[in-house]
Amino acid sequence: MSQVWTAIVLAGAGTYAMRASFLGFAHRLTTLAPWLQRVLRQIPPAALASLVVPALLRPAGHLDVTQARLYAGVAAAVIAWRTRSTLLTLVVGMGVLLLLRAL
Amino acid sequence: MSRLEVRAGARAVAPMLIGIIPFGLVVGATCVSDHFGIGAAIGLSTIIFAGASQLAVLQALAGSGSAIVAAVAAWTINLRILLYSASLAPELTHETTRRRLLASYLLTDQAYAVCITRWKVDHGDRAGRLSYYLGAAVTLWVVWQMATVAGALLGSAVPADVPLDFAVPLVFLVLLVPTLTSAPAVVAAAAGGGAAVAAAELGAGELSIVVGAAAGIVAGALAEARQS
Repeated sequence: MSQVWTAIVLAGAGTYAMRASFLGFAHRLTTLAPWLQRVLRQIPPAALASLVVPALLRPAGHLDVTQARLYAGVAAAVIAWRTRSTLLTLVVGMGVLLLLRAL
Repeated sequence: MSRLEVRAGARAVAPMLIGIIPFGLVVGATCVSDHFGIGAAIGLSTIIFAGASQLAVLQALAGSGSAIVAAVAAWTINLRILLYSASLAPELTHETTRRRLLASYLLTDQAYAVCITRWKVDHGDRAGRLSYYLGAAVTLWVVWQMATVAGALLGSAVPADVPLDFAVPLVFLVLLVPTLTSAPAVVAAAAGGGAAVAAAELGAGELSIVVGAAAGIVAGALAEARQS
């Protein structure tokens, strides 16, 4: 059992270090070099796409362009783009997924 | 603290809870079904507080039994949080170090995503930023703790039939779309998503998210450099 807690404490300490890595030193980041600003600007689209795209293209752990989540995701993306409404995007995305699964 | 911003942050993550609750139930139930007990489930959720890596720790412990292997698996999965920390830090320079170190503990995909979209796209008031962040992050923390404990208590009684987990990528999608305001941002997203899929197909596992994000950042930065 002590192994479980060793793993939890090590994993937690490392994860906290990553979380605090830049936030802890933010006071030194008041003036940023232009190249660094350029790099930081790319993080939101790059990181969010890295979370979303694999979830749509390989939900079962392998690339599959014939499964429902991809098409439900594309429909949801159109709604998100046109409305920016989280609720509407969820309703359409879930709705299309359930519909395609029922077919 | 601005109450208005705290509430706005909590409201912003509310749709994500649809996906977070079933995920938390699964993580709690897995911990108990692997015979680690409810104490470990609470320890995982409070000390690590990052869903996918909590599952990886359980998987590694059940497989190899090595605490180091389990911790390395968790670190690998959570590497992307480094990028979130880097991305949020310049937005919170006006806060004290102590507050930022406390806020760090609560940093998750969801908290990052709602905050960066709000701050970068909608340009929220600077003074209210930490309130907004805490409104979102504390809500996620409380719900995550309740969901994992409930999962540990209910065990395998959790139904897996309704694809509620799909709510998570859908909400990230809603947050991704408004960041695509320029050609370089589109390049960053396309390269990031493409590289994440390619890396996963090549067997990078959970590391594929970091590989994708890094590729997207480089591609977006190069596109922006060429443009200017």
